[in-house]
Amino acid sequence: MPEFWLRVALSLYGLGLICALASLWGGRQVLTRITMPTVGLGMVFHFVALIETAMMSHVWMPSAHEPESLLAFLLVVFFFAIYARYKATAPGLALLPVVFLLTASAALRPKPSGPALPLFVSTQWIFMHIALIMIGYAALLFSFIASILYLIQERALKSKTTGGFWARLPALATIDEIGYKCLVWGFPFMTLGLIAGSILAETRYGSKYFADAQVLLSILMWVVYTVLLYTRWNAGWRGRRAAYMATFAFAAAVVAWAANNLSHTHRFIP
Amino acid sequence: MNFQLIGVNHNTAPLEVRERLAVSEDRLPEVVSTLVKQPGVDEGMVLSTCNRVEVLTSTRQGADLRGFLRSYFGLGPKLDSHFYEFEKREAVRHVFRVASSLDSMVVGEPQILGQVKEAYAVARGLGAIHSALDALLSRAFAVAKRVRTETAIGSSTVSIASVAVELAEKIFGSLENKTVFLLGAGKMAELAARHLMARGAGKIMISNRTHDRAVELAEAFGGQAVPFDRLHQFADHADIILTSTGASEPVFRKEHGEALLRVRKNRPVFFIDIAVPRNVAPEVNKLDGLFVYDVDDLQSIAGKNTAERKKEAERAEKIIELEVDRFASRMKSLEVVPTILSLQEYCETIRQAEIDRIRGRLGQISPEQEAAIEAMSRAIINKLLHTPITTLKSSATRPEAATIHEMIRRIFNLTGGKQDH
Repeated sequence: MPEFWLRVALSLYGLGLICALASLWGGRQVLTRITMPTVGLGMVFHFVALIETAMMSHVWMPSAHEPESLLAFLLVVFFFAIYARYKATAPGLALLPVVFLLTASAALRPKPSGPALPLFVSTQWIFMHIALIMIGYAALLFSFIASILYLIQERALKSKTTGGFWARLPALATIDEIGYKCLVWGFPFMTLGLIAGSILAETRYGSKYFADAQVLLSILMWVVYTVLLYTRWNAGWRGRRAAYMATFAFAAAVVAWAANNLSHTHRFIP
Repeated sequence: MNFQLIGVNHNTAPLEVRERLAVSEDRLPEVVSTLVKQPGVDEGMVLSTCNRVEVLTSTRQGADLRGFLRSYFGLGPKLDSHFYEFEKREAVRHVFRVASSLDSMVVGEPQILGQVKEAYAVARGLGAIHSALDALLSRAFAVAKRVRTETAIGSSTVSIASVAVELAEKIFGSLENKTVFLLGAGKMAELAARHLMARGAGKIMISNRTHDRAVELAEAFGGQAVPFDRLHQFADHADIILTSTGASEPVFRKEHGEALLRVRKNRPVFFIDIAVPRNVAPEVNKLDGLFVYDVDDLQSIAGKNTAERKKEAERAEKIIELEVDRFASRMKSLEVVPTILSLQEYCETIRQAEIDRIRGRLGQISPEQEAAIEAMSRAIINKLLHTPITTLKSSATRPEAATIHEMIRRIFNLTGGKQDH
């Protein structure tokens, strides 16, 4: 059943995405009356799908599907959390295509079949590792989008082009705060997730694990993340410089994710 | 029933005339009470704001509103040219336009709707408003809301000061706890500062070449006066710097901007430069986190917004035209209601009389028979009246309405309801 619920969620996200695009022309009403409820409903079905998957975890075989689905779900949760706190929809809407693609990938790609990998450690640990990292990813993604939106808004203000499409972006300070808060909140999750992963790997493979490309990239991403947070906190870096840093961290994160397929030891599927 | 309206506004009358007519809040009930006692006046309300004074009534026969104003305010005939008067459809349109802020000095300003609502509440509280004006005003409020949601008439600001405030909010979100630094204490700067403070700006610092003026203004705002030669030492406390000094060279140059960013850890600063020649060098705007708007920038935004509003106002006028049509046809269909009622009443009287007569002749009849007679007589009347009533209703909004209306009244000899109309 989880696949079914996931597809329901996918359809709703798709509908929300179309309405969000329509609202670029149709105005705010389309957005609040159609897009938000649709995506919200999608989130509920998505949650059901995730819970069912988790309940089946005794037969669970960690494939790329679950982390993708989980990340998409977390992005939607962040979307609503940010909307509730700041009344800002722009960052969430910018990430809606990502949500859609991740969910589509999780819901529509064929599940890998094959013998389940005998796990030396409990699935709970793996699940926790993935969940923590994904929260960190979602936060990083939002921070990245916020810094892009910050740049756009800064450009608009500097070039003195008021009105038009960009007039709907939230205030510069609001975007800045969203980006910063996401970084701050995401950091402990990312850190704990990496620690959990390291413990897992240590018990399973020993120290050679740390020579793996994917692992190294993850550590690189974490370092960039830390530097990003530090420069922001210490020197108040924002705008262009923060956007470069966030882009770098984001790129490292994407590469680390993609490296799953290249890595020898850190693979979802053996 | 008819709507009649008389009034003056900022276009037709100078301030001196509007002042003579202005009705203060505590005198309003008295004026309204006097108004509804005028011959011919059924319902009435009075709207008095700084830009307009208007008397709106629903009347049976025409009422002499001009005479009422003359005697009430003791006006001579030479003020007559300032008044405008509207009736019926035109009055409806005017009320809709006023409530939607299309007749305002600053088109689209939102206060007027609240003022109309207050005037309505006062008159209603006095019992001066019932059916007709109630219908008109509730419709006017709905129309105003429709105009506001369907057009962007109220969404852009048109004065330099409010444009500056809007930009500040675009940068800082809320202005709460933000510090404003006034550099130069002219009238324009003072006005802009007042706007910023009204939107919640927390603190104000003032510096002026003549220090006494800075002190004076600082006292008025509850702010802090800063010596002019030490302004750069204080500038980093400010989130918004409003410059209007007569300096011939820029007061803030690139190096000042860089220093500001360093001390403020890159927190943004908004420069509002209304001085000519400019007090802030244009290069400052190129630094990350510093936003410089000079007087031309502000003016061009204000100008663009004005043009935008004009376009939106045209769309709003179209909405109003549609709504006036709709309201007029509703009122017209209400006009035939008394005739329909008296027609039904007339037939019912005849029916009752005939039933009473036949009952005497028939002697003892069973309840079933009585019910049958009742049902049959009702059915005959309903069938006979069906066509006249539907014709009345359907013709109500058409030009021949008056003829049909009159003809039916004559055919059935209905004189009773005449005064309703």
